[in-house]
Amino acid sequence: MNTTGDTPDAGAARATTPGDGGAGADTGAPARDRRGEWPLYEVFLRGRRGLNHVHVGSLRAADDTMALRHARDLYTRRNEGVSIWVVRSDAIAASSPDERDPFFAPSADKVYRHPTFYAIPDDVPHL
Amino acid sequence: MPSAEEVMTVTDRATGHGPGGARRPPEATLADETEAQARFERLIAQDERVEPRDWMPEAYRATLIRQVAQHAHSEIIGMQPEGAWLTRAPSLRRKAILLAKVQDEAGHGLYLYSACETLGADRDDLTEKLVSGRQKYSSIFNYPTLSFADVGVIGWLVDGAAICNQVPLCRSSYGPYARAMIRICKEESFHQRQGYELLMTMMAGTEEQRAQVRDAVDRWWWPSLMMFGPPDAASPNTARSMAWRIKRHTNDELRQRFVDITVPQAEALGVTLPDPDLRWNAERGHYDYGPIDWDELARVIRGDGPCNAERIETRRTALRDGEWVRQAAAAYAAKRAARDAVGTGVAG
Repeated sequence: MNTTGDTPDAGAARATTPGDGGAGADTGAPARDRRGEWPLYEVFLRGRRGLNHVHVGSLRAADDTMALRHARDLYTRRNEGVSIWVVRSDAIAASSPDERDPFFAPSADKVYRHPTFYAIPDDVPHL
Repeated sequence: MPSAEEVMTVTDRATGHGPGGARRPPEATLADETEAQARFERLIAQDERVEPRDWMPEAYRATLIRQVAQHAHSEIIGMQPEGAWLTRAPSLRRKAILLAKVQDEAGHGLYLYSACETLGADRDDLTEKLVSGRQKYSSIFNYPTLSFADVGVIGWLVDGAAICNQVPLCRSSYGPYARAMIRICKEESFHQRQGYELLMTMMAGTEEQRAQVRDAVDRWWWPSLMMFGPPDAASPNTARSMAWRIKRHTNDELRQRFVDITVPQAEALGVTLPDPDLRWNAERGHYDYGPIDWDELARVIRGDGPCNAERIETRRTALRDGEWVRQAAAAYAAKRAARDAVGTGVAG
């Protein structure tokens, strides 16, 4: 799907540099590599009963349980949700923006799928 | 319901953009590049949002990473001046409010780091750049909070200035940044109102309390005006950021709007803003204000503010002290994952 060919998964890119101490030495921060330990999660909230879950953002957490707790603290401090989904970002398959036009083309030329395609006299009730 | 666009946004990170993600492979022709550039410019011209996996000019990406990272760092460092008063709040009510506010600032930082990651930035790397001084945060947080009135004045003036800056950013051309700003602006309103209410309470108190408010206003007014950045004439990047619709107004426009909004609020509060040149200009329809000490701003940005070293040292210490917690959580997650894998193997 990825036609640019050089857009490696950010997580995978990190995993290839184990032991890279980064800038630790000159910052006073631990020299040990911290990269890639806490994966990225996407967060979905159901705002109230009767609504779908909607994507609200992302966060980093060590595992699913922590991701849920962090999501609660980060995205529902003001009653924004009654249910939370979290999913590892690298578990999501996506359509590619480069292929957007051809990928969605099949739905573009079928106007007969819309009710307004059909001319019905105004005086026919309930239609 | 998540629209197709929304789902695409979610997965922008999933399939990811490395830092060099927007570069075309060698076989890409000049025509591809031109076509991508034209599509980008069409999006901007139509006031549509640019989403993470869209092609974008490298300079647009770099400008955004710098701006969003600086913004995120400001929220994180911004916890410190007020956080210093958490254990000394004068009542349980004020303590609960302040705790909620400081927690919000942490949340704002996290929304913004997450937006920055959609551009190919790495969160740990951003933190390293903050603590090593390679990326900046707002100079305002390099001033000390000397009394509890400072908590009120920060809410009123500093968060007030931030709101002036941030409301137009809700329409910024980069989708994830604009969406983060919408969440942030909703929460900033509470910040500003709690600050103003705190000051009203103190102004209705003892003479000593009123003196503390006046002193805090005197100290924070000019640094608040500096929050909008250098004057337009000395802000070479503004024109390009506005052409890209990353920014919607110039620094001076936003600063003027803030002054115009704030003067009546100061009158209602019964305090005098420390500027003898501050007066209504009927011809312009705005308040005139006196010259700003740009040398001071330059000094503080350079690192010579009252609290620069302390702020960074506190952040470094937190990073160091939290390291074992992050390691333990990762080790626990790895152990659980290994156990689950074995369990699955046996069951299968």
